[in-house]
Amino acid sequence: MRQNFTSGLLVCFLGAAALAADIRVPDKVVAGQGMAIGSSGSGDATLYVVGPGTAIKRQVKLGEQIQLKGVELRNAGYYQIAIKGGGTDFSKDLYVAPAAAEKINFLARPSRVPVGQPKVIAGTAFVFDQYENLVTAPMPVTFELSVPGAGAKVDRATAKNGVAYLQTGSGTKAGPGQFTVQVGDNSVRRVVEETASEPCNLHFKLHNEKEGLIAETDPVRDCSGNAVPDGTIMTFVSAEPGKGRSTVDARVKKGIARAVLPPVPGATISVASGVVLGNEVRWGGDE
Amino acid sequence: MSRLVAIIMAVITGVLIAAGVAPTREKEKTSSPEGAVRAFYDRVRADDYRGAYVLIAPSSNVDFATVHRDIAGRDGSLKTLSQLQNADARVIANHGNEALVRANLEWRTAVGALFENKDLKLVNDNGNWQIVWPKHHEQNLPPQVIPVNYLRWDIIHSDSEANEWGAQNVESPHVRITSMNAVESEGKVIILGELVNEDTVPGYVDVQGILIGKDGERLGEETSFDKISHVLLPKEVTPFRIDFDGVHLNQVKKVTLNPNSILVPASADPVIGVLHQQLDKTDSGHTVLKGELMNQSGQLVNIPQVLATYYDNAGKVIWISDGYVDQALRPQVPIPFAVSVNDDIAPKVHSYRVVVNHYTMDRTS
Repeated sequence: MRQNFTSGLLVCFLGAAALAADIRVPDKVVAGQGMAIGSSGSGDATLYVVGPGTAIKRQVKLGEQIQLKGVELRNAGYYQIAIKGGGTDFSKDLYVAPAAAEKINFLARPSRVPVGQPKVIAGTAFVFDQYENLVTAPMPVTFELSVPGAGAKVDRATAKNGVAYLQTGSGTKAGPGQFTVQVGDNSVRRVVEETASEPCNLHFKLHNEKEGLIAETDPVRDCSGNAVPDGTIMTFVSAEPGKGRSTVDARVKKGIARAVLPPVPGATISVASGVVLGNEVRWGGDE
Repeated sequence: MSRLVAIIMAVITGVLIAAGVAPTREKEKTSSPEGAVRAFYDRVRADDYRGAYVLIAPSSNVDFATVHRDIAGRDGSLKTLSQLQNADARVIANHGNEALVRANLEWRTAVGALFENKDLKLVNDNGNWQIVWPKHHEQNLPPQVIPVNYLRWDIIHSDSEANEWGAQNVESPHVRITSMNAVESEGKVIILGELVNEDTVPGYVDVQGILIGKDGERLGEETSFDKISHVLLPKEVTPFRIDFDGVHLNQVKKVTLNPNSILVPASADPVIGVLHQQLDKTDSGHTVLKGELMNQSGQLVNIPQVLATYYDNAGKVIWISDGYVDQALRPQVPIPFAVSVNDDIAPKVHSYRVVVNHYTMDRTS
């Protein structure tokens, strides 16, 4: 009888001890940083850690501090920490916050744009920590767009939920626009080529040489004074009385387009590029 | 023994008959002007150029290499990739000892059939007609260096292994269809139009056309294939033509055109001038657009293709025709071309525009 009573008391005591087991988890930890989980109670148990892209199972001793390494908590988000076994079964939630901003993914569109166009350039920055977690805390972001030889346009924004966005127009000067986004000490650069617009005041002159009638444009520029890119097609048309016509699709080279046409007296010669027409010259046959 | 002698005699008789007949057949071939021309081109078709050369009159004063070059082409031209398929001969004039014969030739080429008419003068030499091979006075440039400093466009693509997410590639060029017209001709629906590269970089372009029927069914899907100038430099305009065989215009409710463009490395040369273009009539009364191509660069162009766009008086594209030129374009040497114009369309043509596609072999860049 006494022996039975003693055994019952021992069971109750152990049960109470087991029920008293608990863990203490910090409210928030930062991704990539290790942490210690305090535990009470005694005996062996199994620790389960389940979170974004993470699943850990480990044998632990209750009553000792349980260490989670930084490498085990790299992914930001909500985790569940559970201890089971030895009559114990409980769990707690843990929030792992993103670490400091370390990396920016920058989408800049388009890669080429004509000058003088409003709201044609868009930049979207996604801010990440070193473990590729989106940094959701508000964060100052600086966008800068500059073309060599022209002043830089600077815009400041705040990243919300890890994303900052800018829409802006192209400038008046053509060139390889350097579109940069900066968060803290980190920056990323993209190239948005600002190109000359349609040719403006297209004009050419003629002179006769031994190889034929040479038609040569003045330097071809857009209305903002930017030279149109080399390689742009300039079509010279020579309407020849009684002989039909001759055409040459000349390419702009070093800012000038040049074509060799047959020297037909009385021919009317004109130039065009795309939908833009230039001047007309009537060739009288003289030098 | 007597049987053996009989067999031997029979064989000898057969050989002698064959030997006697062979020259007679050759003689039959060259005993008429058209027969001589046919015999000549039969040998060309069999790649027996030496045999064909025998049928040329010595008075032509032309060497074998010249004749071979005239017939089989040179400089990697379309003719060098051709095989004579059919040859027909018709006497145009016969003045006893002299005759003029028109040879209608059909060549099988890498880009389809090529038709050629050649007027040949023949002389009678003791009953044998011989061809007086026409001498071509080819313009030859004196040896020289032509400095070429046209630009090229090269592209640095995004390195997918090294680049992070979000790093953009360079965009394809922006192209736009500036005009479109649908016509029915030769038992098919033909979509005609023009496409412009509005960008500052070159592009490889193509146009896909889809015909939708009255009940929303798909009547056909085709691309412009070789009826377009595929590589477009900045601000360059190309015609395009898409043929839908076996479809009638009254079946079509809607036409969908999808222009595609890809950014490609390209070169701004060669420049090819299209000189003295004019509409003309052939002997048979058909309309052709004739002119000359002039390669203004220093590089040989092996196979030129002429694409002609015809407009009505409202500026609408009413027809597009094309033709391959069977001669290579040597630098600074004008080469004639002619492309046919649909006879139904010809009276409506108010203006036209010609562009030249070019194919160059062994390009170093």
